[in-house]
Amino acid sequence: MPKLKIEDLDKIAVQQQRKMNVREGAGRAKITVHMGTCGIAAGARTIMTAFLQEIETNNVTDVIVTTSACAGLCSREPMATVELVGQAPVKYVDLTDEKARKIFKEHIVAGKFVQAYALSIGSERIQ
Amino acid sequence: MEDLSLHILDIAENSINAGATLIDIVIREQKTQDMLTLEIRDNGTGMDDATVVSTRNPFYTTRTTRRIGLGLPLLEEATRAADGMLEIVSRTGAGTDIRATFRLSHIDRKPLGDMAATIVMLVAGNPDINFTYRHEHESETFTFSTKEIRLKYPGLDFNSPETLSFIRDYIREYTASFS
Repeated sequence: MPKLKIEDLDKIAVQQQRKMNVREGAGRAKITVHMGTCGIAAGARTIMTAFLQEIETNNVTDVIVTTSACAGLCSREPMATVELVGQAPVKYVDLTDEKARKIFKEHIVAGKFVQAYALSIGSERIQ
Repeated sequence: MEDLSLHILDIAENSINAGATLIDIVIREQKTQDMLTLEIRDNGTGMDDATVVSTRNPFYTTRTTRRIGLGLPLLEEATRAADGMLEIVSRTGAGTDIRATFRLSHIDRKPLGDMAATIVMLVAGNPDINFTYRHEHESETFTFSTKEIRLKYPGLDFNSPETLSFIRDYIREYTASFS
């Protein structure tokens, strides 16, 4: 197989143009993976890779994955916050690849949060 | 941190928090000098001399959610374990340049790890920042730049699964033969 070239983005750019109209006001759900030093050392990159893979394999177009810094609860990393539009954010702790995939299927796709892995519902307050 | 690509992800997160819009990551493998250099340069807010000194102290952080900051001390530890050193060059308003060196063949030198995953994380989390990744391996040089891609494809959605998997596969293919 020939090596990939930057020009191979041509096809992707055109496809996106077409999709853009469909997902206007995009973002039914937002996943924030906490990527502080503590998060990264505990495996945050694996968690984010799992979410990105799930998005790709399930062909989901209305979920945004983003990163944030340390949330101040280093001992419970890796952590991620899942927020569905119109609902309170849910903070998940002590994540693994499998847990992240389960959260994706049950919370993001099916809309029912995974109580067993959740720390709290709502946003942290920083004084 | 298990490998150097995770350290790079961590240090680049500092750059992002310092408001950088441009982050250059350079990896240089010099077999003849038995040296591995990592460089992370940004155009963020930079630091004054006193702050530069305190970043080496694990009990220093700019964060208000906790009281310690281990990113740079951990990287410094990793360089020292492999006969290397950490240099921090910064000026207020002029960005920061972090340079970490290692003895390439040192038994305690951490492996480089998955650079493709690190770059994908950075781009996915910060699609509006320009990232450049240059990897010099003996006589070969691999360069990846989201700035160049942005110029060529204005309006490309960097945070889409298709773009991100392209970036991952592209970097993997070209750096597969590197250390």
